[in-house]
Amino acid sequence: MANDVAVRVEGLRKRYGDTSAVDGVELEIGRGEVFALLGPNGAGKTTTVEILEGFRQRDGGVAEVLGEDPGRAGRAWRARIGIVLQLAAAGPELTVREMIRHFAGFYPRPRDPDEVIALVGLDEQAGKRISALSGGQARRVDVALGIVGRPELLFLDEPTTGFDPGARRQFWELVRALAAEGVTILLTTHYLEEAEALAGRLAVLAGGRVVATGTPAALGGTNRPSRVSWDSADGHRTVQTPTPARVVADLARQAGGEVPGLTVTRPTLEDTYLELIGEPA
Amino acid sequence: MTTATEARPRALPATAPLPSLLTTGLGRGRIELKTFFREREAVVFIFALPAVLLLLLGSIFNSEHVNVPGVTTGQLYAAGMIAGGVMATSFQYLGISVASERDQGMLKRLYGTPLPPAAYFIGKIIQVFVCVIAEVALLMVVGVAFYHLHLPSTPGKWLALVWICLLGGTACALLGLGASSLARSARSASPVITLPFLVLEFISGIFVPFSDVPRPLQDVAAIFPLKWIAQGLRSVFLPPQAAALEPAHSFQTGRVALVLVVWVAAGLILCIRTFRWQTRR
Repeated sequence: MANDVAVRVEGLRKRYGDTSAVDGVELEIGRGEVFALLGPNGAGKTTTVEILEGFRQRDGGVAEVLGEDPGRAGRAWRARIGIVLQLAAAGPELTVREMIRHFAGFYPRPRDPDEVIALVGLDEQAGKRISALSGGQARRVDVALGIVGRPELLFLDEPTTGFDPGARRQFWELVRALAAEGVTILLTTHYLEEAEALAGRLAVLAGGRVVATGTPAALGGTNRPSRVSWDSADGHRTVQTPTPARVVADLARQAGGEVPGLTVTRPTLEDTYLELIGEPA
Repeated sequence: MTTATEARPRALPATAPLPSLLTTGLGRGRIELKTFFREREAVVFIFALPAVLLLLLGSIFNSEHVNVPGVTTGQLYAAGMIAGGVMATSFQYLGISVASERDQGMLKRLYGTPLPPAAYFIGKIIQVFVCVIAEVALLMVVGVAFYHLHLPSTPGKWLALVWICLLGGTACALLGLGASSLARSARSASPVITLPFLVLEFISGIFVPFSDVPRPLQDVAAIFPLKWIAQGLRSVFLPPQAAALEPAHSFQTGRVALVLVVWVAAGLILCIRTFRWQTRR
């Protein structure tokens, strides 16, 4: 049912001069999903997301966001999405509350500004000028401005870059709370553990294409070949196998007991990711 | 797609009307004014500086003689500096502040919301006009208090004051919006905008009486609006015999109106063609 699809992308293309930034991206994100877009710098993540946000025009393919073409959609559509941009802008000489109230005034059914301030954990800073906030606090203002309009779909572009681990965990809780309300979230990130912690599904982008899609568990997971290594008479050996238990059983039988130096490793999401984007693990 | 079905798709929001252009435009105007009067740079270098310069130039050159009876150098400087103040609060402030807003992502952020783009410009118009009126009032007070400036003596002259500031402010504001695109960053905005403005102030009869400006430079100044705003304001604030000081031995108020109207039209076309909500890649 088309109504269950929040984002549909088919054969999306965008060129800058001679270089193809996005070269046939395919995506489908269901309503209520938390979907992560992973990929190295230059993979086309930001270009793809900016096309979906209506900031850039595509050169080819289909893009549909909440049932509309983002290249043509108007104000009513903008009222249904929320955008948290990559850059944390230097703050104007306005207080947190003034800024959030001001943005709330752009939307037909905004959240209560004070409720949003509490949600992003800025109660104590509500009366402070944004220019006087720390980087992490300013980032929360960005998030607050992204959600004050009560979006159905929220774009988060590398939201926790530069956060310390504690701030990152708090931010994850916020994203989970929004997801629990049913907000669809499209997240781009450099951090695999962030995608793993938050996303129900993810796509890996490399060279302007989607090279893999799936749940973090499936991509990191059990149905990929494991690595079995041990010390044999001829030195250290390693094999990749989809059936590690059988290999270990065979080894044990041959050794007639314990196998020296035996390890079995399942690939982590990181291993799979590095393999997909063509980096040595 | 297991996770897609876990979270319940959000119900479509009940249709509430989008806030009107008037509401959002007035909201922008309020925020723009708040920001202006809280920015120390704006208040000191844009708003207060013309008054300080008038006090300095007026005191230094007050003893200099003007070849027309009943006209003092102080009056010439006061009328000229009012023109300079109009251009500072429109051209200079908009050029610098819009370049910063663009570089810091504020424009992009606003574009990503349902704010009607026209509301942004309405906000700027409100801010510029309130600031221009306040600036002109401040300089008139300084002129009357220290330099024998006479307030406009007839309703016709008051009317001329209004239309000259209105047309001149509009032309300079549009030029400022256009010039903001020349600055590549917030940091470079101030020199990129201020240098040509200072040059114009020197050759347009603001820092130096226009009759003392060499003829070729007078001709260059005549291309730009500042010279005409200053000339128009001299017709408002100086006695009729002061027209003898003008290159054409007349205040040419008809031509002042014509040139300013042409600049408003040219500025409008420039802005429509060049205005960008985000920095170039």
